[in-house]
Amino acid sequence: MYKKTSCVAMLLAGGQGSRLYELTEHTAKPAVSFGGKYRIIDFPLSNCVNSGIYTVGVLTQYQPLVLNEYIGNGQPWDLDRMQSGVTVLPPYQGKRGGDFYRGTANAIYQNLDFIRRYHPKHVLVLSGDHIYKMDYSRMIRRHRETGADCTIAVLEVPLSQASRFGIMTTDENMRITEFEEKPKKPKSTLASMGIYVFSADVLERYLEADNEDKRSSKDFGKNVIPAMLADGMRMFAYPFSGYWKDVGTIESLWSANMDLLGPIPVFDIHDRDWRIFSRSKARPPHYTGPNGTIRNSLVTEGCEICGTVENSVLSDGVIIESGAVVKNSVIMSDTRICAGAVVNYSIIDSGAVIGDCAEIGLSDDKKREITVVGCGTEVPAGTKYFTGMETVEAGEKGEQK
Amino acid sequence: MNAAGIIFSNIHDRNIAELTRTRTVASVPFLCRYRLVDFALSNMVNSDIWNIGVITHSNYHSLMEHIGSGKDFDLARRSGGVKVLPPYITAFGSKGKLYNTRLEALIGVYPYISSIKEELVVLSDCDTVCNIDMRELISEHLATGADITVAVSGNGRHIGGSNATLFRTDSGGAVTDILEGNAADVPDADLGLNIMVLSSGLLSYLVSDAAAHGYTSFIKDIMIRGLHRYNIRVCRMSGYSASIGSLSDYYTANMELIRDKGARDELFLLSDRPVYTKRRNSPPTSYTKESNVCRSLIADGCVIRGTVENSVLFRGVTVGEGAVIRNSIIMQDCIIGDNSSLDYVICDKNAVIRDGRRLSGCEGTPFCITKGHLV
Repeated sequence: MYKKTSCVAMLLAGGQGSRLYELTEHTAKPAVSFGGKYRIIDFPLSNCVNSGIYTVGVLTQYQPLVLNEYIGNGQPWDLDRMQSGVTVLPPYQGKRGGDFYRGTANAIYQNLDFIRRYHPKHVLVLSGDHIYKMDYSRMIRRHRETGADCTIAVLEVPLSQASRFGIMTTDENMRITEFEEKPKKPKSTLASMGIYVFSADVLERYLEADNEDKRSSKDFGKNVIPAMLADGMRMFAYPFSGYWKDVGTIESLWSANMDLLGPIPVFDIHDRDWRIFSRSKARPPHYTGPNGTIRNSLVTEGCEICGTVENSVLSDGVIIESGAVVKNSVIMSDTRICAGAVVNYSIIDSGAVIGDCAEIGLSDDKKREITVVGCGTEVPAGTKYFTGMETVEAGEKGEQK
Repeated sequence: MNAAGIIFSNIHDRNIAELTRTRTVASVPFLCRYRLVDFALSNMVNSDIWNIGVITHSNYHSLMEHIGSGKDFDLARRSGGVKVLPPYITAFGSKGKLYNTRLEALIGVYPYISSIKEELVVLSDCDTVCNIDMRELISEHLATGADITVAVSGNGRHIGGSNATLFRTDSGGAVTDILEGNAADVPDADLGLNIMVLSSGLLSYLVSDAAAHGYTSFIKDIMIRGLHRYNIRVCRMSGYSASIGSLSDYYTANMELIRDKGARDELFLLSDRPVYTKRRNSPPTSYTKESNVCRSLIADGCVIRGTVENSVLFRGVTVGEGAVIRNSIIMQDCIIGDNSSLDYVICDKNAVIRDGRRLSGCEGTPFCITKGHLV
């Protein structure tokens, strides 16, 4: 017996996140750590719970170990429930053969059985790689009010960046008239946030049709949405105006972390009315030593800070020895920055050791290329290391620090 | 060998009256994010004790809220787990009155004791802050064939210990004398951690025997009287420990943990013995450009705009701009106003210090602000 649920959320968390390089070598992108004590997937999961959605399927594929372990029984998000809660949905071998998920639409298609158990009216499709706070229940209400078959959350983006997104054109009632995936010449600035509400029966019909279509690349943005639009289905855009960030690149991950800092942060994680939940380890409080200095930073439990930390985000268990300086950086859990080392404009992945007096990253304020030190790397004492990653995306928020 | 645990949450309430007006000793907040019961519970869980009863007396609302289902201690179990045992008055018990002592409490929960299937029972109070391996205590108990084995501090630098139970022993570790008092006054005695192990059969017998004789004190009536009848031994436990027998002990123990990295590591950084506590999902602590923090222990969820020196800050504390906090303990969700100044102050939960207020205690006598107070 499964409890009838009005909405089932399907969270696409199989992405590799290849543009995060070292950071996703051993973990899927949604499990990449963010903001000191979170992982990217905490944001959509917490949004679900805060929106009253307690039936969530998490579709995993790439490097699922860390992600599966992290989600576990869903307890940190209050998703350990008797009749719903969170279910991890990996690709599987079925009677008529099995396959990896071959695209976002195919991933949901392969799990239609999961959705059918709950007889939902609506299916919310989310992706596990964005940082934002959003009340999905309002979007679902709008979906019902407009009598839509599909509602897509949209965000106003600068025209210069519009060609990176799925772009929508709407009429005055926000009904979508056109949809283009990553257009070269965007006709509007309403970008899809990758958040869809479908009426369950419509979704099922289109996914089945899409599966039959041999030429389809089994993607929502490229195939399913255009097909629905072509058939004249009622599709509406749901405008969203809060903070939303795709953290698909090193630079955007870094700058999203920086957005958490400042007296009035661009993105506030201290908001008690919309809590972000995460699985936390049993760590003691953080300690600041006699010569420790912490300015404009986030520090998590388990840290020991005897050096200087400025404009940085520190995850749990980071040790900053005396004389070490960390500026404008994101330091992930259990990293040790040894005495006299200097880290600037860097992301240091968990378990790394930065040796005595090593210098990581550029101090150049203008170029702001982010250096990445991979998980568990031991940087020998005295090493100077920096990388020029891809060119910085111009005009991103939070970078003008 | 399997063991059950019994934790006494109220026994020492009177020792720190300032902090137990609205709570049990077990739920007294300690060091940024813990409550005293966390150490007793974690010690048991980390030593494979999965069936734990927590005996309560009064004021146990905060304790029940803290323990909840036991989830955060890995004690939400289908069999065993943690059970809060509220006062349970039976014909066996204290004639309709609430109990006052450990023994009366045990008599009150006699039905629970007699239902314990494990062969051994570990009894633990909540006034000791320590991270010990109870398996060591248990295997020593079994190896020596003692009737009762009490854990004592095997560590020269034990903190606190006013109102402690002290044991004199012979060279072999058998107890020859038991005293209650200030540890500093009796330097030749071992300081008890208020943790002991005995077989469940013996416990059950002792409790029903005590009920029949009208005994009231476990230490005085059973252990001291029984010194010649029972084989009572000590087991010296290594590692950090602090006995919280007074407000001054409480304050010193917090301050010592700031000062002493070795003690902190012994308490928290044992890789297979973490100290669990209730999860609160606080974000990391935010520091602003003006913040100035040194020699302090700070939990998650704080926003720090001012100066913090040699202090302990619990979860969700807000420190205003220009505020200066020194040598103080600021509990959960306190708001410290702009330009205020606190020195040797203990602010209980949810206290609010208005902008510009100046408060000060002194080293031996920290100034206590009660829970939810607006100053």
